[in-house]
Amino acid sequence: MKILVCITHVPDTTSKISFTDGNTKFDKTGVQYIIGPYDDYALARAVELKEQHGGSITVLNVGEAETEPTIRKALAIGADEAIRVNAFPSDAFFVAKQIASVAKEGAYDLILMGRESIDFNGGQVHSMVGELMGLPSVSPVMVLDIEGSTAKIQREIEGGKEFMELDMPFIAGCQEPIAEWKIPNMRGIMSARSKPLQVVDPTDDGVQADVEVFELPPAKEAVKLVDPENLDELVNLLKNEAKVL
Amino acid sequence: MAALAFVELEEGQAKKSSLEAVSYASEVEGSVTAISFGQMADGELDKIGAAGASKVLHVTDEKLATPNIMAYASAISEAMNKEGSNLLVLAKSSLGDPVAARVAIKTNAAMATNVTELPDTSDGFKVKCSIYTGKAFAITRLSSEKKILGLKKNAISIKEDGGTAEVEAFSPATDDGDFKVQVTNREKATGEILLPEADLVVSGGRGLKGPENWGMIEELAKAIGAATGCSKPVSDMEWRPHHEHVGQTGVKVSPSLYIAVGISGAIQHLAGVNSSKCILVINKDEEAPFFKAADYGVVGDAFEIVPKLTEAIKAQQG
Ligand SMILES: Cc1cc2nc3c(=O)[nH]c(=O)nc-3n(C[C@H](O)[C@H](O)[C@H](O)COP(=O)(O)OP(=O)(O)OC[C@H]3O[C@@H](n4cnc5c(N)ncnc54)[C@H](O)[C@@H]3O)c2cc1C
Ligand SMILES: Nc1ncnc2c1ncn2[C@@H]1O[C@H](COP(=O)(O)O)[C@@H](O)[C@H]1O
Repeated sequence: MKILVCITHVPDTTSKISFTDGNTKFDKTGVQYIIGPYDDYALARAVELKEQHGGSITVLNVGEAETEPTIRKALAIGADEAIRVNAFPSDAFFVAKQIASVAKEGAYDLILMGRESIDFNGGQVHSMVGELMGLPSVSPVMVLDIEGSTAKIQREIEGGKEFMELDMPFIAGCQEPIAEWKIPNMRGIMSARSKPLQVVDPTDDGVQADVEVFELPPAKEAVKLVDPENLDELVNLLKNEAKVL
Repeated sequence: MAALAFVELEEGQAKKSSLEAVSYASEVEGSVTAISFGQMADGELDKIGAAGASKVLHVTDEKLATPNIMAYASAISEAMNKEGSNLLVLAKSSLGDPVAARVAIKTNAAMATNVTELPDTSDGFKVKCSIYTGKAFAITRLSSEKKILGLKKNAISIKEDGGTAEVEAFSPATDDGDFKVQVTNREKATGEILLPEADLVVSGGRGLKGPENWGMIEELAKAIGAATGCSKPVSDMEWRPHHEHVGQTGVKVSPSLYIAVGISGAIQHLAGVNSSKCILVINKDEEAPFFKAADYGVVGDAFEIVPKLTEAIKAQQG
């Protein structure tokens, strides 16, 4: 089974978000970058599926050279080879076109992604790639089992889940508890250094959604503490001051 | 030329967030056509009209009665063509998101998601989108002629005086290729208020010690008509179902009021709640980081405070 796992290179979940250059650029000062947490679930499941069914795992990132340490980490966790499309990931449409173009070349049985990236939180790329390739895409996937050429899937929906079956190839956007995150071991880290990482040029640069400027939410006022002995006052505040009850 | 709004029906009823999409489209474009699939309950047409749509394309084809992402995307693209719509507005959801992304490719439209406000059209078309899981916003310019907007909840309030909508039966062309995914079963909590849609949310964390203590959370939620949520460790330990888990890696909520009980307020939890209008925190540790993100707080033991708060609310409801 040939699996393609698409990963993002994103600020750690505890990062403080700020901007520079008149709020037009993300401020990378002091920010640690990680594999997107949902992409990490996709990768972990790919490693398990490879253990069960054999095959190979390719990781793919659309990004500039700075993402390579993140890609190496994915190789250390268990991917066999990597491809980096050398371009800034400007919008979902652009990224989806790059992924679809690589994926068409590789004839993968399964394309795993995260349910969403944690920078732009679009949750769009998997469906866009699906549409570009004429393939089904399912997200967010909590359970993914393969039997022969068929997959059994549980997808989360509002207030519950959906059970589905479909034939490979297809695309899945993953989330917990699909697999446990895997931590690279020493052998993985050593071998990752010599695994192939191919850099390819982007296909074209149609960008349709362009960020002009960033904004931060207004600072929160200090909390109003209410005495536990005076909960009537709290109800009154919620009703008449905040007007939310 | 009318804008198109996708109205999701949940047990025959238009979802609140979908009515927000109708009102949003009507603010932007004036004339709005809605599209809905499956059975529609009595009175729903009036609501959709009041929210701002003058027409509802109603798809009653048996094959499309249950949600099907690929087939709905084809149908909505066809409807956009038919209506000459350059704008599609829908609410973010497990159905709306993938449908919108597919329609964007089919119609070559520019797409923005997590939209939180009406667009700025003074110079082109710019929308404000929530990014970094609510920690920032991006003012995004959409340059294509066709545009698709996925709305975050509470981006706009629902109109109640829009007008009346007429129904038009619509039977879109279906393609066998759109039915590759077989939904074999759907499990859904019924009768509950759905967390992503809820206007009020009561969430519990590890401070509640165990699943047997959720009774008081449910009582409070019931008293105010809220949905229940929880922190990640709580769903990891299976005290509560996974679909209740709020945060960076869970559901992102934007209710009017979020009540957090026995939750410390880790940054990953805050990421899921920071677009709430008002936050009330109940925690016995006055140093809990959640208080920094809260509007109101009570420092004390949840086991004493929550039942008393429920009583106080009931008393004031009379
Ligand atoms: C990549 C990543 C993603 C994550 N995503 C999420 C996410 O989406 N959502 C999420 O919630 N977490 C997430 N987490 C976990 C997060 O970091 C915290 O560990 C988690 O939110 C803590 O949950 P808690 O507040 O319920 O528990 P704790 O941190 O254990 O806090 C319990 C709180 O209860 C209080 N308390 C105890 N007893 C009482 C009492 N009797 N009355 C009142 N208060 C009491 C304590 O003072 C304490 O503040 C993520 C972590 C990582 C690394
Ligand atoms: N620049 C990128 N490179 C590789 N994969 C990506 C990139 N951006 C998004 N993806 C994949 O698409 C998923 C959904 O992303 P998004 O639509 O941006 O929320 C992510 O979890 C990744 O698996």
